[in-house]
This record gives sequence, C-alpha cells and structure tokens, in this order.
Amino acid sequence: MLKRFKKGGIHPHDNKITRAKAIEVMPLPKVAVISMAQHIGAPASPVVKRGDIVKVGQLIGQAKGFISANIHSSVSGTVKSVGDAVNSMGLLVPSVTITVDGDEWLETIDRSEEIVEKFDLSPKEIVSIVASTGIVGLGGATFPSNVKHSIPEGKTAKALVVNGVECEPYLTADHRLMLEHGREIVVAIKIICHAIGVEKAYIGIENNKLDAIESMTKASADTPIIEVVPLRVQYPQGSEKQLIEATMGAEVPSGALPIQVGAVVQNIGTMYAIYQAVQKHKPLFERVVTVTGKSVSEPKNLLTRVGSPVNDMIEYCGGVPEGTAKVIDGGPMMGRSMANLSGVINKGSSGILMMPETETPANDASSCIRCGKCVQVCPMGLEPYLLNVLADKRNFEECIEHSAMDCIECGSCSFTCPAHIRLLDNIRIAKREVGKILRNRK
Amino acid sequence: MEDVLLSTVLVLLALGVLAAVLLYFVAQKFKVYEDPRISEVEELLPSANCGGCGYPGCKGFAEALVKAGDMKGFFCNVGGQPVMDSVAEKLGLVAEAKEPMVAVVRCAGSCENRPKTNTYEGVKKCTVAAALYAGETGCSFGCLGMGDCVDVCQFDALSMNPLTGLPEVDQDKCTACGKCVEACPKGIIELRKKGVKNRRVFVSCVNKAKGALAKKSCEVACIGCGLCAKACPFGAIEIKNNLAYIDYTKCKLCRKCVAVCPTGAIQAVNFPIIPKKETNENDVKAI
Repeated sequence: MLKRFKKGGIHPHDNKITRAKAIEVMPLPKVAVISMAQHIGAPASPVVKRGDIVKVGQLIGQAKGFISANIHSSVSGTVKSVGDAVNSMGLLVPSVTITVDGDEWLETIDRSEEIVEKFDLSPKEIVSIVASTGIVGLGGATFPSNVKHSIPEGKTAKALVVNGVECEPYLTADHRLMLEHGREIVVAIKIICHAIGVEKAYIGIENNKLDAIESMTKASADTPIIEVVPLRVQYPQGSEKQLIEATMGAEVPSGALPIQVGAVVQNIGTMYAIYQAVQKHKPLFERVVTVTGKSVSEPKNLLTRVGSPVNDMIEYCGGVPEGTAKVIDGGPMMGRSMANLSGVINKGSSGILMMPETETPANDASSCIRCGKCVQVCPMGLEPYLLNVLADKRNFEECIEHSAMDCIECGSCSFTCPAHIRLLDNIRIAKREVGKILRNRK
Repeated sequence: MEDVLLSTVLVLLALGVLAAVLLYFVAQKFKVYEDPRISEVEELLPSANCGGCGYPGCKGFAEALVKAGDMKGFFCNVGGQPVMDSVAEKLGLVAEAKEPMVAVVRCAGSCENRPKTNTYEGVKKCTVAAALYAGETGCSFGCLGMGDCVDVCQFDALSMNPLTGLPEVDQDKCTACGKCVEACPKGIIELRKKGVKNRRVFVSCVNKAKGALAKKSCEVACIGCGLCAKACPFGAIEIKNNLAYIDYTKCKLCRKCVAVCPTGAIQAVNFPIIPKKETNENDVKAI
C-alpha cells in the first residue's frame, strides 16, 4: 500500500494534457514588465532607473528586509520605466519595464548544457548564493528559499523533502523537469542537504507520474541519501504539511513551521533553480509554465522569462479558444482567475489554464444541508461550514478558537460542497481578519 | 376540610413573608448603587445602539458620559446637537459644539465612466472580492459595487443605484455613525462636514495611480494634475499620491476647484444651479 497523508483530501480529475509535451523555449517578449513583488514579504526596491541598459541576469531589484528576494532582469535592453504597473489581477505593483533588445547575458552565467556535478562550498556560502540569486519557492507560495535554509537556532533539520507531487490538476511543469532534468535536481538535492546539514532526502511523487518516479529513481541510483517515495494520488498532497506527513510520517503541529519536525520542503522547480544558481551562476529569471486547457489548440510546457505578458504566451499556444470563460493563473484548485491578460508571468506562476464556460458554471449557492462533506475532506481537520458561518457573521474571535489560521486554502471544501457554497472565499476573509487580531495582541 | 384550607393559606403566607424579609436584607446587603442620571441620560439618547460613538450601545455611552462628568469627546452622531444639548442641560454641563457630518461616497465610477473589463462570479461581497483581485473594472481603487456598506447601514440611509452601480447616501437619514466607513474595503466612504445648507465640495475619486493610468480606467478619475490645488484660494487642497484631497475644515465652498478640474472628479452637491458658462469663465479669470 502506497503512502499518503491521512486526513481528508479529494480526487479531482488530473487532466494532465501536457504530460508528454517536452519543455519548449518561449520566444522573448518585446517588452518585459518585471514586478518587484514576486514573492511573499516586502517588495524589492528597484536599483535601476529609466534609460539604463541592462543585461540578462543583472540585478534590478534589491531585497528589502529578511523576508524578501532579489529580482533580476530576465531580458536585455533598455529600462523604459520604473513605477507601478497593472498585474494580471488588475492591481498596481511596483515594476521595472524593459524594452527588449537582443539577448545579451551576463558573462558570469554558464550557458552550456553540460551538467556540473562537483561543488566545493560551505553551507553559509550556499545559502548566500541562494539569497543573492533571488530564489523563491516556485510551487506557488513564493517564499524566499534562503529563509527556509537558514535553520533557526535551537532547531535541527532532519530531512529535506523535495516536492514532486504536483497535485494540482492540469499542471505538468514539475513533471517535465523531473523527466528532462532529473540529474540536475539530484545535484541540487546534494547541495541543499549539505547546506542544511542533513543526511536524508525524500522525493515525494504521486503514482500518476510513473515515468517521473522511474526517472528520478534512475537519476538518484548512485546517491543513497535520496529516497524516492511513490505516493498514492490525493489532493492536496503537494501542500507542505501534507507532504511531510506522507513522506516522513510526522505531523506538523498547529501554527508551527515544518522545521518543528525537522523538515525542510522544497519544490522540484525550486531545486532546479537552485542547481542553476549554484552550479551555473544563473539567477532566477525564467521558469517552466504550463499553458493548458481542454480546448486549447496547442497546450505546451514553456520555459518562459519572468515578465513575459500572458497574452503572448496564449497566442504562442494558439490563442484563447472560443467559449473560454476563465483564464486562470495557476491550477484549477488554488489558482485565481485573471482580470487582465496583459499582465505578466511571475516567479510563482506555474500555469495558465483556460477553462471553457461549460466547465465553470457559476452555480448560485444554496443553504448548507449539514452533510459534513467539507469536514470529511478538509486535510487540516477543520470545520469549514462552521468557519464559513462565523466569518459571514464577522465573529472572528470564535474563528481563532476553531483554528481558522490552520487553513491551507486548498479549496477542497468548496470543491466538494453539494450546495455550491464558496466556503474558501469566506474562510480566507476570516484568516485575514484573524491575522490582524493576532498581530494586534502581540 | 376547613383545617386543610386554613393551614395551607397560613403556611404559604408565612413562607411569603419569610422570603420577603430575606430578600429585603439580601437586597440591602448586595445593593449596587447606580447613578440615577445614567438612566435619565439614556432615556434622552436615541436608542439606536449603533455604536457610532465608540461605546457599546447607548447605555454604555450614558455610563461613560456620567462617569466622566465632562462632555468633552462625547458626541452622539445619531441624535446630533439637539440631543447633546438636552443631555447637557440634564447634567448641568456644556455640550461640545460639533458640526453635523454625513457619509460621502468618493467614487463616481458608474458603468459609463468606468467600463467593465471582466465579470466577477465569486461571493457577492466587497470584502471577498477585494481580497481576491482588483475588481470588475480597470480601476483597482474604486467601488466594487456589491454593497457591503448598504448591508451594514442600520438607518436605511444607503442604497445601491442600479443605474450607476454605486451606493448613494440619503443625507437626511445618514447619522454619520461610521459603520459604512469601516465596512468598505477600499476606503471610499468618508465622513465629511454636512456643510451649510448641505452644500459640499469633495473629490469623488480615490485612485492613487498616475494620471494616465487613472484616466485610462475611468473617465472621471482624479489624475493628480494639481490644478485644483493651485486654484484654491484657501489652501484646502492637497495632492498626495497622485490624488487631490479637499480638507473640509478649510474649504469655503467657493467651487473654483470644480471649474478647473479637467476630468470632473470634483463634485459640488446641493448648490443652486447657475447658468454654467458665465461662472466658469469668471472662475478661470480669477486664477
């Protein structure tokens, strides 16, 4: 019997249309709009000004504060403007807009295909390289990786958990990376194990990706510290806490970070970026994005520069198909519908999903029938129906008692609700308000 | 038979007397003195229990007021000056004079001025929509039009205008309790001075984007050009983050700013209609 996390979870159809499509390189955009707020935490402050000539990989945004990340130019050309730009959600974010001219990379970046296995760096040096190259979690949360690698005093890491679950339906970016760049990921795992001082690494992969399990097992055959753990398919296994439970069998306590049980979790895409940063001196400025959807004429996995407009990518894959109701940034479960298609790809954008009208019916919510399905599927053991009502009545104090902050926003409750109640929408509000209350208490 | 009746009546009577005596002494022992003025003041208050004063209901306000023994900082927005004066009379104090206030919706992004760019299908609540994204129009600062403010208003003073998709304040019903100000996730509603004869001049926009971007998303956006600030003879207008703000304590309702605003973002309400062309020319010359 394969491992999985114990509590709750759902089985959406995985729809991995692009699983067999090799990663293609997306042509350069004409104008790149690079956001300074591509990560959780304080936005970076721009270090270039209008008219500056920049090269690919050049630092254009300096991290501000501990939880923040450097931003590098993904293109070469002239800085057109520095200031607010509208992102794909329609919100204004501080950005640097660059008119692309050619493709001139910094000389320090090693652009060869050759795999560099050897490294001779101290843990501190590795963490500082990860910080300076602006690497953030590419699974979607975009948490600065160097913060994860800096183990707080009094805690010790026991294992590195590499997240190759990709439980979001449709998305195949990590799947393709495991197939095409397995060896590089193994090198990155060795590097990070050295950096955080652990002797054990797990790679969790769901068994709907048998080829990836095989590829990673083969790539890590000569590395005994790595254990590839095939997992039974269950959404949201790709969530940090659920993955730790599935691979290590340890439960992260409520309100604690994974390091509490000695785990450091990194996504496959992040590992590949770390390999490129440490071994090839290449900062994080491009990522694999899955452009997909059932009616899309040419769904693809595209290696895309950060700051490329979503519109261009959709055009490259055959345009928006007729009858498309929503274009989603990310997967169908946790992604958000985009309001502005001229917005750009960020470090955290794992996919662009076009959903036809027939698949996104806007059902009106009816009354809760107390069936308890949401309680059954909640992987965190919460009572979503109750939190929904409490949030609706703005009784946030009681939301604290019912552990609203433990919600991982996986959307299983909304997915399963037969009354079509948008449980997560209200719970998200509760989390925001509870967060405010808790901060005020301190 | 009669014996039974008599004894029953006597026993119950004795019990009653005993209980009464006991209760009397207990009541004396545990007596809580309450200032009689509290209930007197409470009776004068409008009993809306809206919490607009910052105290939990009218009783809380009355208690705090009597306890403080000074009317500084105490004001019931619902009752307004007449109620505060009568309370002051009762307590033998002097009520603070306060200008009557009214809630003002600072967004004029109707469907014509601010065309829709997408359709929202989530929970019909401004707080939920604001947490997800910018909104159904190109403007990420303006009204989302789902009526959180209407829902919280206890005085039926707010209503959604189906033609513009914006909330409208009934100035006669509004008590300036401030509930809508709190409820709006975009911070569009502001309490402003009701003004002489209800006349008010305010910037009906909260868009902090640069001029070109603001104008692109909404016809009547404030573009932060600063013409109004230059035109204002009283220094009441300040431009901050590409947005003009009229300080209602300094504004003398001359409307010079209204005439110069290139987008029509500044609104003057409840003024008598004067033939437009003439005044405009005069105003421009005066600059």
